[in-house]
Amino acid sequence: MEQFIHNFFNVDIMWRSRIILLTGLKNTMLLAAVSLILATAFGLFLAVIRSVNLKLVNFLIVVYVDVFRALPTIVLFMVVYYMLPYLGLSLPVFWAAVTALTINGAAYFEEIFRAGIEAVDRGQWEAAHSLGLNFVQTMRHVILPQVIRIVLPPATGNSLELVKTTVLASVISMPDLLYKAQQAAGGIFANSTPLVTAALIFLVMFWPLVRLTGYLERRFGG
Amino acid sequence: MRIGDLVRTFFDGQRMLAVLPELLHGLLVTVEIAGLSLMLGVLLGLVLAVLRVTISRPKNPPLVRMLNLPLVFYVDAFRAIPPLVILVVVYFALPYLGIFLPRFWSAVLVFVLVLTAFAEEIFRAGIESVNPGQMEAARSLGLTFIQTMVYVIVPQAFRFVIPPLTSRLIAIAKDVSLASVIGVSDLLKAAKIDIARSGNYSALTAAAILFTLLFLPFIRLSGLAERRLR
Repeated sequence: MEQFIHNFFNVDIMWRSRIILLTGLKNTMLLAAVSLILATAFGLFLAVIRSVNLKLVNFLIVVYVDVFRALPTIVLFMVVYYMLPYLGLSLPVFWAAVTALTINGAAYFEEIFRAGIEAVDRGQWEAAHSLGLNFVQTMRHVILPQVIRIVLPPATGNSLELVKTTVLASVISMPDLLYKAQQAAGGIFANSTPLVTAALIFLVMFWPLVRLTGYLERRFGG
Repeated sequence: MRIGDLVRTFFDGQRMLAVLPELLHGLLVTVEIAGLSLMLGVLLGLVLAVLRVTISRPKNPPLVRMLNLPLVFYVDAFRAIPPLVILVVVYFALPYLGIFLPRFWSAVLVFVLVLTAFAEEIFRAGIESVNPGQMEAARSLGLTFIQTMVYVIVPQAFRFVIPPLTSRLIAIAKDVSLASVIGVSDLLKAAKIDIARSGNYSALTAAAILFTLLFLPFIRLSGLAERRLR
């Protein structure tokens, strides 16, 4: 038991690894923020394009959405990381991670926004059309404001999934919180405490989001 | 442009065919871990949900209802911490607790723990969505609380549970590929071994295709189920 505490809840090592872990935490937060914004924007863009109802375009969007919801995210991270240089794009590892998270997250956000757009009554389109609004105006001033209320619970849940997925960046050696914790636990301190500390930091960071998602689902229906 | 290099490095058909047996062997391991974790996780999640609802009945004294607190903490923690982090911590921690599990079973343990937490929440929400009149009617017919749960409430809860549970099951099954990080010889690990051996990434492409073929039908099915039940 003593050995267990020494190895996993070592307060001294927790304190000494704080700088390393905070550097990782900063990168994790930056990665989460940038990817979340890009994935939401791209997902919304795809959903709006899909609502135009062009057969070929919609087919391509469905293929994109289904394939990237089927492919495990860790595989996508590796493919993006290894393949981009061959496509003439030598991105820093941070942007490779952003690319993978955006491709993956947008597929889920597209489905959420599409369901939201479809849930708005058809009559709203007809009313807006008869008032002389064009497609873009209708979307922007009539449909999307109603969509936001509908998609709030699933979009929050998906945002939580996305920020949790940022830890996969450690697999392509982006120095996020998990990567830094593994570094500290391995070579630097030869002690598992930094890993446990990282897990606790993730818990404190994401717990409010878990609660918020549950609250929104109960409040507005899942 | 390095399109030639790209094709040779990622889409070498001969290389893909050569590693296919190893990849399929890895795929089998992936399916085994996923199958075991899903069955156990759903079962335990359902049991915990019924337990939590039973403990939190209003007629129980507050001290009894407090028994739910550790349960709530477990469920929230395992939904908040990324599965990869749990996997790595459990893998390193178990030996210090005197538990020596093969990697395969460490992975199963982690995915069961994670899925149980999610399934508990989903089943509990489903149980709470069933009209309270059902409970009252069944109890007034003389059924005990547990009988009512098993024969009346849970069967009706399944209707609410299927869409969120299906998408969570798919998510966990996809997460099984994370097990390669702790060295489980799954499909992704088989691909990594071939990359290290040959310096060619075609095995990764082949693995990506196999994963997509494995999960695509379930993605389509879950969309179908969702539209039906809406």
